[in-house]
Amino acid sequence: MARTLINAPSTARRGDVIEIRTTIAHPMETGFRPGEDGKILPRDIIRRLSCRYNGELVFSAELFSAVAANPYVAFHTVATDSGTLALTWEGDKGFTQTENISLRVAG
Amino acid sequence: MRRPPPAPVSAPAITRRRVLGSAAALGAWAQIGTAAAASDELAAAVSSYAGGAPVRTGKVRLEIAELVDNGNVVPLSVTVDSPMTAGDHVLAIAVFNEKNPQRDVARFTLGPRAGKASVTTRVRLATTQQLVAVAQLSDGSFWSHTVNVIVTLAACIEGDP
Repeated sequence: MARTLINAPSTARRGDVIEIRTTIAHPMETGFRPGEDGKILPRDIIRRLSCRYNGELVFSAELFSAVAANPYVAFHTVATDSGTLALTWEGDKGFTQTENISLRVAG
Repeated sequence: MRRPPPAPVSAPAITRRRVLGSAAALGAWAQIGTAAAASDELAAAVSSYAGGAPVRTGKVRLEIAELVDNGNVVPLSVTVDSPMTAGDHVLAIAVFNEKNPQRDVARFTLGPRAGKASVTTRVRLATTQQLVAVAQLSDGSFWSHTVNVIVTLAACIEGDP
C-alpha cells in the first residue's frame, strides 16, 4: 500500500464546487532512464487516477511518464449528495489502490 | 633586420575564421532541423488527439512557470473558460510536450459534474521546450494554449535519483 494524501472538504453545501487534491507515494519510473548497470530501468508508473462519487465516475486522469514522481493531481467536482468519493489509482506491475473519503452535503 | 612582408592570403585558403564560421552555420542548421522535427511531432500529437478537427487557440489557459529551475517537478495547471453546465462543458483536457521522450504528458476526462474546468498536476521536463494544453468541449470543438518553457536543470539525466 502506497501512502496517499487526499485533501478535500468533509462538508459542503449542495451545489458547491469542491476541490480535491491528491498525491500518492510512487516513484513513477519513466522507462527511459538507465540504472546503475547502464541498462534502461523498466517503466513503473501510475497510468490512471479515477474518482467515483457515490459510484458515478466524475473525473479521471490518464498519466504518462512525464508526470513527476509522487503524482499530484487536483481537480474539482460539484457537491450533490452526501456520500463517498472513491479515488482509484491504477498502474504498471498490477498496481491498484483505492481510498475512500466521505463528504457530508448540507442544504 | 627587416621582416618579410606577410604573404598574401589566397582566396580559397582554409582560414580559421572560415572554418569557425561554417561550423557555426552547420550547427545552427542542425538545430533548426531538429527543432522543426520536434514541433512537427507535437503538432501531429495534437491533431491526432483532436481526430483531425480544427484546434483553435483561446478559451484554454495553461499555467506553468516560464523559467523552470528543476525539470523534475514542474507544477502545471490548465483552466478552461467554460460554464460547466449540462449543455456546455469541457469533456477532456490533454497536455502535450515537444521534447520529452514521449509527446503525451497527461489526459484528463471531465464532465458537467466537474463543476469547474481546472486541473493541476506536476510534470517532468527534459529540456527547454513548448507545451500545449488542448481542451475538447461538449460541442465538439477543440481549443488550445501553447507556452514556451525554459528549463535550467533537466529531468531524466543519468544518475538522477
